[in-house]
Amino acid sequence: MATDDVWVLGISMTKFGKHPDKDMVDLASEAVLGALADGGVTMADMGVVAAGSLMAANAGMGQQVQKQLGQTGVPVYNVANACATGATALRVAMLAIKAGETDMGLAFGVEKLSGAGLLSGGTRKDDSGVYAPSGRYGAVAPVDGRIGTDIMPGVFAQIGMEYGHRHGGTSFELFARISEKNHAHSTLNPLAAYSKKMTLEEIMGDFMVAYPNTRPMCSANCDGAAAAVLVSGAKLATLSLEQRRRAVKVSASVLTSDPWEEACQVLPDVNTLTRNAATLAYEQAGVGPDDLDLVELHDCFATAELVHYDNLMLCEPGGAVDFFNSGATWRNGSMPVNVSGGLESKGHPIGATGIANVWEVATHLRGEAGPRQIEGAKVGLTHVIGLGSACGVHILEKSAA
Amino acid sequence: MAEQIPLVDYLVLGNDPHLVANECTSCGARFFDRRNACASCGRSGFTKVDIPTEGEVRAFTIVAFAAPGVPTPYVAAMVDCAGTSVRANLINIPADPEHVSLGMQVRLTTEVVGTDDEGTEAIGFGFEPKEA
Repeated sequence: MATDDVWVLGISMTKFGKHPDKDMVDLASEAVLGALADGGVTMADMGVVAAGSLMAANAGMGQQVQKQLGQTGVPVYNVANACATGATALRVAMLAIKAGETDMGLAFGVEKLSGAGLLSGGTRKDDSGVYAPSGRYGAVAPVDGRIGTDIMPGVFAQIGMEYGHRHGGTSFELFARISEKNHAHSTLNPLAAYSKKMTLEEIMGDFMVAYPNTRPMCSANCDGAAAAVLVSGAKLATLSLEQRRRAVKVSASVLTSDPWEEACQVLPDVNTLTRNAATLAYEQAGVGPDDLDLVELHDCFATAELVHYDNLMLCEPGGAVDFFNSGATWRNGSMPVNVSGGLESKGHPIGATGIANVWEVATHLRGEAGPRQIEGAKVGLTHVIGLGSACGVHILEKSAA
Repeated sequence: MAEQIPLVDYLVLGNDPHLVANECTSCGARFFDRRNACASCGRSGFTKVDIPTEGEVRAFTIVAFAAPGVPTPYVAAMVDCAGTSVRANLINIPADPEHVSLGMQVRLTTEVVGTDDEGTEAIGFGFEPKEA
């Protein structure tokens, strides 16, 4: 193990779902204690703490967790980066290790979103008083619903439809079949918020949110936390054989933002920054898409999963529909995608998501995924995207120890 | 006739309603909002350009569930107006997938979206099918 590599030493996630009796500190603490125990270390070993929470971005979640688990005085970074918040926290801890400031660090992410409804475009001010232009568009009244839509299911619906317009082959049924896959996968994941198999008819016949996304085709708002302990290669070399055997190498860690493209300020461009992140990640890791044994990608909506097959170069350019129709992305296919159930069924407690997907892949690489184990998994990729936009991609590799 | 005001300042009313964008004088990138500088090249010179009023639907969704006070269903879309992408609703068309399609040819039109306490009408815009 090269001394400048960074490894996941311990990692944990809570069950995602409804946790009415636990607050965010309880959930985060459970994940952090789980990750520390998994890595065989304690808070006293952590040289840095990176804490991710989007909805509680100003709550100082890192210090709040320290107050419960150990006020060691180390630097804390509270981060928020849309739906890439968890991946960003992971990366911040990693940067501290890479910079040589510490040889071990903690990253966690937590969110409470059960029953949250629409996270954007969920309220609209009344038209009232006397019209006067305000804001960057000089609007005299609210524009959501009058000039396009602010709601995420609608934004991502258009992103999937736009792919269909460019390459053909999409339909309501096709997108629903992607959701059918992820719900089927979730039945094997005891930590998923929803683990019920759904038929295509049930998915298509469910409550329509924003065509073509029905409710089960949308990520599930829920509560949850995930945490990871990262360690430098040099430090790991001094730890026990068992710790070295279970450690998972972070072969690539990339964060990108969206470069300017025509239309990107009209409909968010989630494609270019994902493709850029994937390109860099494959380069860093020295692997290609064909080397991947499993992928956890950001299926915030069924319409989004399709475009990311292409963006992550899992298929030929423009070939995402054929790729999905080939069965490749089912758990018994050539490129299993979202065997956890994905955000549509495992759930999407935003701050936790970008660490929970690393947990999923790491658990397969360790051979500890039980009935949903992808046999012989050696390399996996995780992907999150937050609108605004931020994209995090990590490539993980099984330890040779 | 009641006083009228555009819903947004990039909508120009009158006999020939159209949208106007801020175009970067260095790289040609177009923006509909008030600018500090160009997101594409970083320079800060802009000129106003009229946007063609006809275009093609490149993406759409039919929103069935929205904030209280937002009438549903409505069709939200991205319309390609001769190379400039515009965010808008599709209007004067039934909001169902049988009537709305990708690649559909549309043209800009305006409608009253509200009236304020002094009786001034806010005029919004949308795109309607070119073939009536």
